Amino acid sequence: MSPAIAQYIRPEVVAYAAFGFTLVLVFGGALLAVLPKNIIHNVFGLATSLVGVAGLFIFLGSEFLAMMEILIYIGAICIAIVFAIMLSQPMHLQIPKRYRPKLIFSFVVATSLFISFHGIVTRTEWEPALVRGGDWEVARLGRLLLTRYELLFELVSLVLLVAIMGSIITAAALGGDKNPTGDEET
Amino acid sequence: MLNIFSEAWQALLNFFGPLALVLVVGLVVALTYVQINALFLVWLERKVAGHIQLRIGPKEVGPFGVLQTIVDGVKLLSKELITPRPASWLLFVLSPILVFMPVLVPFVVLPFGENLQIRDLNVGLMLIFAFAGLNVLAILMGGWASNNKYALLGAVRSVAQNVAYEIPLLLSAMSVVIMANSLSLRAIVEAQQGLWFVFVQPVAAVLYLVGATAETNRAPFDIPEAESELVAGFHTEYSGMRFGLFFLAEYTNMFIVASVATTLFFGGWRGPIADGPWWFLAKVYLLIFGVIWVRWTFPRLRFDQLMNLAWKYLIPIALVNLLATALILKLVR
Repeated sequence: MSPAIAQYIRPEVVAYAAFGFTLVLVFGGALLAVLPKNIIHNVFGLATSLVGVAGLFIFLGSEFLAMMEILIYIGAICIAIVFAIMLSQPMHLQIPKRYRPKLIFSFVVATSLFISFHGIVTRTEWEPALVRGGDWEVARLGRLLLTRYELLFELVSLVLLVAIMGSIITAAALGGDKNPTGDEET
Repeated sequence: MLNIFSEAWQALLNFFGPLALVLVVGLVVALTYVQINALFLVWLERKVAGHIQLRIGPKEVGPFGVLQTIVDGVKLLSKELITPRPASWLLFVLSPILVFMPVLVPFVVLPFGENLQIRDLNVGLMLIFAFAGLNVLAILMGGWASNNKYALLGAVRSVAQNVAYEIPLLLSAMSVVIMANSLSLRAIVEAQQGLWFVFVQPVAAVLYLVGATAETNRAPFDIPEAESELVAGFHTEYSGMRFGLFFLAEYTNMFIVASVATTLFFGGWRGPIADGPWWFLAKVYLLIFGVIWVRWTFPRLRFDQLMNLAWKYLIPIALVNLLATALILKLVR
């Protein structure tokens, strides 16, 4: 009896099991985010998938990025999505039909994205997380963002600025029309 | 049979090393403490409310009514769990569980004393804020899955409020973090050796306490469950222990935000004499007493007042405070 249990709780077995669970979260959540027709279920699926992604960051040795993933992508983005759904037409009550051209189009986009990502991933020579070193602390990330990846950092803020301006313009354009969604006033 | 357990324990010890004991003991203590803390806080809340309103509060069960909450808890346990037929079953059942689970996680990093901490992560503060954010999603889930208009309104209000108040909360915590130069809670306490940060960062401390009161959905920021408008808000349809879990989570959240306030601004486990966890707990419960006092003294804010307070006053003040802190630190160092 004794060697059997010790065999099962070896560090690498536990690590693989944890990694497998994370993968299940990522892919299961992703499927939940796409397949169900109820849009609220989709958002919760997305949140599950993002929890899994946070787990992957922990496996890569950056606890900070994992926490940020939860804080920003689940705590802010998912909630903003749900909020937008709840404030718009009650789509969760009348489930919209799925149109075939739309489905095919999104399938093509997703597949080509997958192929290009796959190409990038297989052609890059990745260093294993252990070799690369586990020092991904806040200070180091900040230094990298303001030196080597400065351009990307600025581009991201530009994207955010454009998004904010876009939302302001959309809100201002719709502001004149008191009932933009066209449904009955209650 | 016993052999299997001892073997499994041995394997766990081999895997985690001496950390296994810390993890198991920490988990058990945290789980127990959550219950005791909720029992005590509910009693304290009712007692304080009673005295503020010139009543006595609970007094029949046990000395000064301290056992009243236990009796209420047993009542909750024995009640039927009702699921409304039009509710979305899975999400309805999952919601109270998902509200309760994230409130256990911060106990991993809370520094009760110099050596009384389960693990000192270098992202401790971020961990607490990240899991506090999950709470909102779970509340939203429950409010929506109930298929009840009051529950949905309560959930939507909760999200609007939490999104607004999380920003000043994080910004005020950030101004402490750049002073302590670390996100680890223990390092933040160590940085306050000479002077508590509440004297250096009074604006951030006030902002944090206001934001924390809003984060825990307590009056004057209790519009998500405003009894006089929304029956019980997001948990209108919940009964028995499912409601009990929401309740437990709320009081544990109070403890957590008060502990973070103690760590960030009031010197953690340090005191004038004999540093130790007693100072930590004393400060935490004093802060909680203040929060309860505020609840029974101030009227509820209207929704637009609440949003204006966050977006037009608290967030700009917090941003200016953060920038000023950074500037002064740059000039001094």
